[in-house]
Amino acid sequence: MIIRLLPALTLGAFLLPIVVGLAGTLAPAFGVLPAIGAVEPSLAPWRTLLDWPGFATSLRLTLTVGALASCAALAAAVALVIVASRWRRYGRLQSLLTALLASPHAAIALGFAFIIAPSGWIVRIISPELTGWERPPTGLVTLRDPYGLALVAGLAIKEIPYLAIMLVSALGQVPVEALLQNARAMGYSRTTAWLKLVLPQAWPQIRLPFYAVVAYSFSVVDQALVLGPGTPPPLAVLATRWFSDYDVALYLPAAAAAILQLGVVAAAIFACFLVERLIARAGRSWAEGGGRSGAADPLVAVVAGLALVAGALGLASLAALVLWSVAGPWSFPDAWPVSLTLDAWRSSLGSIAAPLEATVIAAAVATAIALVLCIGCLENEARRARRPGLPTMWIIYVPLLVPQIAFLFGVQVALVRLDLDGSGAGVIWTHLIFVLPYVFLSLSDPWRALDPRYARSAASLGASPARILLTVKLPILLRPILVAAAIGVAVSVGLYLPTVFAGAGRISTVTTEALTLATGADRRIVSIHGFLQAAVPLLAYGAALLAPRLAFRHRRGLA
Amino acid sequence: MAPHCWRRASRSAIDGGSRERGKPYAMTGGTLSLDGVTIALGFRRLVDGLTLAIAPGEVVTVMGPSGSGKSTLLAYVAGFLDRRVFTASGRLRLGGDDMVDVPPERRRIGMLFQDDLLFPHLSVRGNLLFGLAPGGSAELRRARVDEALAAADLAGFGDRDPATLSGGQRARIALLRVLLSAPRALLLDEPFSKLDAELRVQFRIHVFGELRRAGLPTLMVTHDPADAAAAGGKVVAL
Repeated sequence: MIIRLLPALTLGAFLLPIVVGLAGTLAPAFGVLPAIGAVEPSLAPWRTLLDWPGFATSLRLTLTVGALASCAALAAAVALVIVASRWRRYGRLQSLLTALLASPHAAIALGFAFIIAPSGWIVRIISPELTGWERPPTGLVTLRDPYGLALVAGLAIKEIPYLAIMLVSALGQVPVEALLQNARAMGYSRTTAWLKLVLPQAWPQIRLPFYAVVAYSFSVVDQALVLGPGTPPPLAVLATRWFSDYDVALYLPAAAAAILQLGVVAAAIFACFLVERLIARAGRSWAEGGGRSGAADPLVAVVAGLALVAGALGLASLAALVLWSVAGPWSFPDAWPVSLTLDAWRSSLGSIAAPLEATVIAAAVATAIALVLCIGCLENEARRARRPGLPTMWIIYVPLLVPQIAFLFGVQVALVRLDLDGSGAGVIWTHLIFVLPYVFLSLSDPWRALDPRYARSAASLGASPARILLTVKLPILLRPILVAAAIGVAVSVGLYLPTVFAGAGRISTVTTEALTLATGADRRIVSIHGFLQAAVPLLAYGAALLAPRLAFRHRRGLA
Repeated sequence: MAPHCWRRASRSAIDGGSRERGKPYAMTGGTLSLDGVTIALGFRRLVDGLTLAIAPGEVVTVMGPSGSGKSTLLAYVAGFLDRRVFTASGRLRLGGDDMVDVPPERRRIGMLFQDDLLFPHLSVRGNLLFGLAPGGSAELRRARVDEALAAADLAGFGDRDPATLSGGQRARIALLRVLLSAPRALLLDEPFSKLDAELRVQFRIHVFGELRRAGLPTLMVTHDPADAAAAGGKVVAL
């Protein structure tokens, strides 16, 4: 009967901290934080925030970066899928996208910074032949630029693969080829048919993933620390900075900034909702106009080209991390280090052991708990033959739509009360908030797609529900279960803010270490952390793909 | 139950002989009886007061167009009917035991579907061992399964991957699997519809021969009149 309680337990595990966390951030935003002696409700935190000299710039930066990055990522992902879906090497492209998807935001940002910095790889490759530069140019601002364009690019590199993969899986439920053939027989080009027929049908299924991208882009912290401007920084970074200040009085305006951030994301998602309506109306009259000129086709091709450039930059970012971590002397403007050495690895073995261990433990435990809860929920759903509807989907997306900064301070306050701040349990629980939805989203489709007659057939052979679960469903679903686990590991490893807030400075992972070292430390040391950050999820993905192939090497039905 | 059923059961190709030693899962071959069974979806009655008695070894065929409630009737007998969607009344008994409140896995009512539904992660032998009624040492169980395979002209197929077999072989393994689970009755849900014409005729003869030898009361759902003719039993239209 425990299984019947699992859905409630699962929802509680990730919704309760968010609700408590929001409340615990809302109160200080209005002057109430008894822990630092503030008990009188007031609007003073808001006045402090609004009077802060960089506030207007900070807010503008947040809005432009968020809007540019999410729109660019969506357009590029759609164009990429339209163009690439007719390639023969389509599958190869998907696995490259998965590699980018598995790499944490921060790792991509660190590698990307090494590429585009004035002293970075690109400038080194073209110097001094094309530029005449013998030393890094000083007037050139390619990183942390005041408009946040480097940050927009970094976000797009990470979000294009995510949206593209979401779109591809949404297409499983749309008769793409039939629609395209039909429309082409009526004289439409393939691209026009895609835009007019396929995209509107796939949109409902990528709406929520897109909103998650919107929420992340408008409230990004980890990538902004590396790629974004610092004076003033975007709103979420400002809040993070004030929350971690020694002056506890800054907690109050920080909370106000965090709540404003929540409002910004809510407004952005609402704006998407309105724009969707407008585009839907315009799109319908575009489709009903019957135009077959294919005038939009070159534009799609150009955007798809940009998406490929973004993908290449992402892979190059990972390569840059690997190269820098083993680089011997590498002076400007050489395109390649003089020698390759493992010296940096050898000298940092001692210092990376602890964060690496914390990373692996948090990822493994949070993922294991998430798997048990999700499998329990899905099994309960199957036994009771009840499928949750759209409201449930929105609830699952809550941790991905609410900006992290808006509730993590409140979570930290609650953890302090529970004496769990800086403990492994606190970090794992906080990770679980984000791991759970991704594991559930990844596992629920294949679980529900499993032919229910396997279970019926087993039951009519006399197998109990528990035996059916253990000996029929779990083995048949081994591959999607392991893929869901790998996604859980990738999510957990990539978490920066949740680890910072719950770890209270006592627990650090390779991700928090990498971002702490990002400014100032030797590039080799930073690269080692960035590389490990990407390596752990990639190993998990590799294992998830390899293990079922080994286990079922004599089973063609599952290979 | 009547001793002649025992004898019939012991002649079955799949009966390795251990049942005579009084194993708990011996085939008892009672009558499957439906008494005034009514199944409704909302206000629509899919099955209205159906009364049927299916004797051991008898095959009753239920025919009707799609959407007429044939599969719902099978789901009811097997115990898979979703009680929040459908309402059902009437009595369902097997060998005198009331089945209505018994969970599917304890009814010992076997089922063959349109598809063979061999578990893709298990070998042919693994599938049959999964089905084989519990009890006996691992070696004995393995021997029983291999014996059954040999009797079904499938000797040497134990280690094969189900995905590498032909459609006809898979269908026969699925039948073997359900018979090894020592059911007391059998349900057939359009079991021949996915096979091509020639194979269908052969497999039909094979199935009904096995069923008669096993002495099982059988309820078959189909829309193919040839299935009903081959079964040679009562035909009920829904």
